[in-house]
Amino acid sequence: MSDAQLKNLEEIFEQRIANDEKIEPKDWMPEKYRKTHIRQISQHAHSEIVGMLPEGNWITRAPSLRRKVALLAKVQDEAGHGLYLYSACETLGISRDELYEQLHSGKAKYSSIFNYPTVTWADMGAIGWLVDGAAIINQVPLCNTSYGPYARAMIRVCKEESFHQRQGFEIMMTLCNGTEAQKQMAQDALNRWWWPSLMMLGPVDAESVHTEQSMKWKLKRKTNDELRQQFIDQTVPQADILGLTVPDPDLKWNEETGHYDFGEINWDEFWQVVKGHGPCNKERMNARVGAWEKGTWVRDAAMAYAEKQQNKKENPAKAV
Amino acid sequence: MEKKWPLWEIFVRSKNGLEHRHFGSLHAADADMALENARDVYTRRSEGVSIWVVESKNITASNPENNGELFEPAQDKVYRHPTFYTLPDEIKHM
Repeated sequence: MSDAQLKNLEEIFEQRIANDEKIEPKDWMPEKYRKTHIRQISQHAHSEIVGMLPEGNWITRAPSLRRKVALLAKVQDEAGHGLYLYSACETLGISRDELYEQLHSGKAKYSSIFNYPTVTWADMGAIGWLVDGAAIINQVPLCNTSYGPYARAMIRVCKEESFHQRQGFEIMMTLCNGTEAQKQMAQDALNRWWWPSLMMLGPVDAESVHTEQSMKWKLKRKTNDELRQQFIDQTVPQADILGLTVPDPDLKWNEETGHYDFGEINWDEFWQVVKGHGPCNKERMNARVGAWEKGTWVRDAAMAYAEKQQNKKENPAKAV
Repeated sequence: MEKKWPLWEIFVRSKNGLEHRHFGSLHAADADMALENARDVYTRRSEGVSIWVVESKNITASNPENNGELFEPAQDKVYRHPTFYTLPDEIKHM
């Protein structure tokens, strides 16, 4: 293909997106579009999969059967979300095994928030309320993104996500209406999860390298800073209802802007965690890679069994 | 050894009276496992009453590059649509 032809195709492509048309797997697309989507969708899928680990920690120790079934269902949803997203990603011409390989080797990233430990039961509340809350803010605009399979997967994810946030808030509310020690536990969880949740929405706009291109392709409808402000504005009143204090001395309502002003985020911490030096990066990857490796014989056995069944069907006479 | 589990396309009928619709895909060792996995992945909240699984390699798809010759001929055949035909105003429904 000549440069002129390529440029023409690219122009037609950008025009289609500008007209709100969807791009489907077999359509022509610029290589950069394909790569950017593989990066973002797989990162998203990996986050769902690794995101099961901090919560898995509490399934056996949930304080009641009600909490246990809810947590199990939530973790199962996360597995499901990972699977929707992996299959959307595979439509771009990358195999599931390559995707896993990128996660396991550290080439692909996942959300930095899952590298923090879950030390008390209240962390299950804080994760549902704050982490899933931030995720919803990030994800809702993606239901309308330009790549068809990703948009369809996101619609399904978003439908299921609101139960996650509610169950988290309910855990927080129950603790806050409990004994003084329980309320303290809820406050402690908020103290530890607040800032990582704000960081989860990504670096400030000035330092976000992908924002501009992603906005054009509708992979992003709002900038990181806009999403963060939206998250803070909606979450602070919820903390008030719980009677908890957001751990930010600079946080205050700004009558003029109609938004909350908030304090400086510790971006050094964020980049440390992204680079692999968070409190649990190693533990998470060991758990994930270990599960994959220990499962090899199961996958092999299933495949051998399937082949044996197939042979039996094709050659019934030979079957012993 | 590790032989990869093949990819399956999943179609779900959400209730009787409606057609099966494409929901997504997943990997499974065989059709039985694809059905079981599809149940867990795509119908956790009563989204379906019937599931079809088809191994992806068995689907033949048209290519968007051929969309012109495939679909454009229909565009100038307006006589296939009822609005192409003129009726007197007195006839309200036909």
